[in-house]
Amino acid sequence: MEEAGGETQLLRPFCCEHSLLSRPDGSACFTQGDTTVLAAVYGPAEVKVSKEIFDKATLDVLLKPKVGLPSVAEKSKEQMIRNTCEATILTALHPRSSITVVLQVIHDAGSLLSCCLNAACMALMDAGLPMKSVFCGITCVIDSGGDILFDPTTKMEKEAAAVFTFSINSVEKQLLMSSTKGSYSVEELQQCVAMCQKAAEKIFQFYRDSVSRKYSKLSE
Amino acid sequence: MARDAAEAVGETVLAGDLLTFPVAPGDKLLCGPGLRRQGRAHASGSGLAACKCGVVRRKEPSVYWVESQQKRYVPAKGEYVIGIVTTKSGDIFKVDVGGSEQASLSYLAFEGATKRNRPNVQVGDLVFAQFVVANKDMEPELVCIDSCGRSNGMGVIGPDGLLFKVSLSIARKLLSPNCEVIKNLGELYPFEIVIGMNGRIWVKAKTIKHTLLVANVLESCENMTTEQRKCVFKKLSENVP
Repeated sequence: MEEAGGETQLLRPFCCEHSLLSRPDGSACFTQGDTTVLAAVYGPAEVKVSKEIFDKATLDVLLKPKVGLPSVAEKSKEQMIRNTCEATILTALHPRSSITVVLQVIHDAGSLLSCCLNAACMALMDAGLPMKSVFCGITCVIDSGGDILFDPTTKMEKEAAAVFTFSINSVEKQLLMSSTKGSYSVEELQQCVAMCQKAAEKIFQFYRDSVSRKYSKLSE
Repeated sequence: MARDAAEAVGETVLAGDLLTFPVAPGDKLLCGPGLRRQGRAHASGSGLAACKCGVVRRKEPSVYWVESQQKRYVPAKGEYVIGIVTTKSGDIFKVDVGGSEQASLSYLAFEGATKRNRPNVQVGDLVFAQFVVANKDMEPELVCIDSCGRSNGMGVIGPDGLLFKVSLSIARKLLSPNCEVIKNLGELYPFEIVIGMNGRIWVKAKTIKHTLLVANVLESCENMTTEQRKCVFKKLSENVP
């Protein structure tokens, strides 16, 4: 189990557990505040001939909500996570195979998409899949007073004027994916992007500490 | 922001971290798994990036690689693996090696096999074989003979025994010469063992109980430190009659 406290004004404390499932090739459970997502990665595995791509791996993302069957909202989140993963995994190294990422929402207390992105990245690292870089997800809101706040709870998201979720690369903090809701100006968007890129550094530092802790226990 | 590789040895890196290697012109630099070319070559050396998360390791003088943990096997040429025969179709057997596709094994690739003298291999048998073709673009191919035509320990793995799976790093550790775990365990319970680089291990001891004990110890030595392992062996040696 790995714990880290973010600055209380910026990010809720997060913690992560690696390799907790025995069947998948990689798994991780990521918690941000109260929001918890469990991710499992299978791959590179056999692929159905109808789905195989001749020069790269077929990437599938499945998001299962806490209650009920997956619906349109889950499908759209799956596509966003899939686009982020496709941009970072070196799929050309495993042609005609499949990589599946399965995400299960354990508890949703706000910032669900960014928690899913972080859990997916940790599970991909745990599975040992070759990647160009690691990525992280950050959610921020612009509240009624015009302040920018990170890692909102469900209440903050409901009352906010605009909600932004970005996924950010570890190499040069490039923006990989953005999903926004609400009304905002161009300057506010650019400001949010810049602040999220700075806050992403904390999450990447947490990844680093988590991985070094995992490998320090195993080396002899 | 690139780090110097010589300083980063023994430290963890994440995928995408740039490493510079101070290489004099004319020197050779060998890059192992987990590293790929990225970034511009600097005046002082060449740029490589880690593509897996793990610990940077070095073997003198200039071999570098990233050691990472993995459960899923990716076929590589020259590696010895344990496969399970799934189908017999015409002249070849299809063998499951735990990778993304099944490997093919020709029936002529056994010692002393000819068109008239077919090897005695059934569906469901375990085979210990070596990859002759294993790259991302082609179907992997196995053989049970070496380049001289001798079996050299490869072939169908004998009756009885137990096959179980461990992570790839444990299989590699157990294969290292003078592995302490195998030596100590062999002093307690004599056993036969075949270790495949795909994480599959086959053991056979005198009785079924001993076989299960050996299998459990090998599976759990992944999560134990050296001291914990010594305690387990001490407890086991007290129970051996």
